[in-house]
Amino acid sequence: MNQFHPEQAAAFARDEAHAHWHDTALWFVRVKRDRAAASVPEWERLRDTASALKAHTLSRLAEYLEEFERNARQNGITVHWARDGAEHNRIVSEILAQRGVTRLVKSKSMLTEECGLNPYLEARGVEVVDTDLGERIVQLAAEPPSHIVMPAIHRKKEEIGALFHDKLGTAQGLSDPKVLTEAARQHLRKKFLGAQAGLTGVNFAIAETGGIVVVTNEGNADMGTSLPPLHIASMGVEKVIPRARDLGIFLRLLARSATGQPVSSYTTHFHGPMAGGELHVVVVDNGRSDILAREAFRRSLSCIRCGACLNTCPVYRRSGGYSYSYLIPGPIGSVLGPQRDAAAHASLPFASSLCGSCSDVCPVKIDLHHEILVLREEIRAKDILPLGKRVGMKMTGFVLSRPALYRAAGRLVRWVLRGAPPLARLGPGGAWARQREFPVPPEKTFRELWKSSGEERKG
Amino acid sequence: MPRVGLFIPCYVDQFYPEVGLATLRVLRRLGADVDYPEEQTCCGQPMYNSGCADDARPLAERFLRIFGAYDHVVAPSGSCVSMVRLHFRELLGDSKELRELAARTYELCEYLVDVVKVRSVDGEFRKRVGLHRSCHGLRELRLARASERMDPPFDKATQLLAQLRGCTLVNLERPDECCGFGGTFAVNEEAVSCLMGRDRIADHEKAGAEVIAGYDMSCLMHLGGLLRRQQKAIPVLHVAQILEQARLAP
Repeated sequence: MNQFHPEQAAAFARDEAHAHWHDTALWFVRVKRDRAAASVPEWERLRDTASALKAHTLSRLAEYLEEFERNARQNGITVHWARDGAEHNRIVSEILAQRGVTRLVKSKSMLTEECGLNPYLEARGVEVVDTDLGERIVQLAAEPPSHIVMPAIHRKKEEIGALFHDKLGTAQGLSDPKVLTEAARQHLRKKFLGAQAGLTGVNFAIAETGGIVVVTNEGNADMGTSLPPLHIASMGVEKVIPRARDLGIFLRLLARSATGQPVSSYTTHFHGPMAGGELHVVVVDNGRSDILAREAFRRSLSCIRCGACLNTCPVYRRSGGYSYSYLIPGPIGSVLGPQRDAAAHASLPFASSLCGSCSDVCPVKIDLHHEILVLREEIRAKDILPLGKRVGMKMTGFVLSRPALYRAAGRLVRWVLRGAPPLARLGPGGAWARQREFPVPPEKTFRELWKSSGEERKG
Repeated sequence: MPRVGLFIPCYVDQFYPEVGLATLRVLRRLGADVDYPEEQTCCGQPMYNSGCADDARPLAERFLRIFGAYDHVVAPSGSCVSMVRLHFRELLGDSKELRELAARTYELCEYLVDVVKVRSVDGEFRKRVGLHRSCHGLRELRLARASERMDPPFDKATQLLAQLRGCTLVNLERPDECCGFGGTFAVNEEAVSCLMGRDRIADHEKAGAEVIAGYDMSCLMHLGGLLRRQQKAIPVLHVAQILEQARLAP
């Protein structure tokens, strides 16, 4: 089994000051979320309702998608279906090629990251510019996003100043966020004005109205879709919701959970192309039907990509987005990644203390920590778990099922801890003792005290 | 009078017998008819949480056999009780027998508050106490309202401790962040586990805690191990050890 997460996490945690900075930055967002959530008296009812709405929609997903397609077409939207990432990229590329587009501006979409759209288009001569500030930063740095809502959260403002100096020609040594943002703004303005097409993700697709809703804070999606005449929107099949009236439930939860804002700066509804323009929606499966078919993991498709589970995760905060082998990090990524490729992402379900904070923070009540636990069983069942651990657990189970053996093993462990502590550091004990002491072994176990002491026996 | 089966988790039996004794004394002083079935060992959680359900199943079966006959089963551990109450059914499948056992297996604090309905805690503990709210007790057994949730707050351990004369429960900046123990996580992910633990300790120190108390010795074994390595004088104590001197009454 690969040890990707523990190794990367240890490297991240080694720079303790940086790890604490990362932890504090994300905890700040969690606290903002708590405050925003507390301002809504019916918060828990909203979560229950959102969860039920998602469960209902997923139980009739095909019907709602077809309803969406019918109504979208009536609105003058062209709807495409993509079985996987490759088909999605082909469709987008063909739309662009047919219209001679070589300059595309994009607003944030984790789906296009999942499909690998940028390199695909770049290889075909299209300049792709991510226009969300954080996305642009990681694009300039040639890095993947390290967070699904705040893609450049791992970068300090000084590092961004150096990057902009290098890539955008700004003065050396800038670190004022306002100045840096303004520099990015001027740079992006030129890209917006020169773009021939805009691509966005989709936060919600409404079956009843055939419209899509895109939620951003920077207005970049709006700029990118109102200047060029061609708008392509990529959505996963799970983004559909039944009715327009359901939208309010999710919008009230989304921004509060994501950033602690009561509502995002821009919530844009598209119910057809601009006058004289085109709107294409590409509906992508890419493995989602497989997840839908698996009862234990179905609820993970309810995810609205708010990132709250990342912000609250004590492990993510101290290990950073790049310690996760899947492109979506944190608890939700640890559920989605191994379902795509259990061997490649085998370390992710173990990158959790199973504290359950993710499940309680999730606005759509995905049982994240439980799904992570079930995935551990799958990794065992697929024989990916290392032999040492498999044998170790088998032996532990064997010993613990036999009281006499259990007592003998306990005596041995306590004897080693007392008389030969270096021996205790062999095997997993070594990792325990690197920064921690072992417990001080008592003379007698509880059972021995219970047996020997008349005082304890009498009622 | 209900017959209480005392469930002492394996690591408490081996390393923290005084916590078992404290639990026994608290229950006895309330007049409970407590028995300790001596053939008990472990609930199987270490195997189950490592993905090795097949290795955990025989232990769940044993547990059901050993504790099946008691009116109540009480343990000084939120995590092990959560294993019995919520996860045994994933190992053994649903049955009337298991449903009944799950429903009458309690963590000590919830047993005192919900079943015995202790309302008065007469005693003294002149310390500033930092309460470590271990995750499985908190978010699986709901011993308190977790900070992520927005329903009305409650906290069963605090309800008991706050009545002790001189006992001040300190306000933590992060009231229920995980300490990083997490079973095999503590060893698999040693770096993050210890960083989490040291951060927890720092929060308790900042709040002026003289003692770190909790309802799970596993987390306290991790925190205590870190504290001792750093040569810090803050002791860790199980809630039962604080309550054993007090007079509890419904």
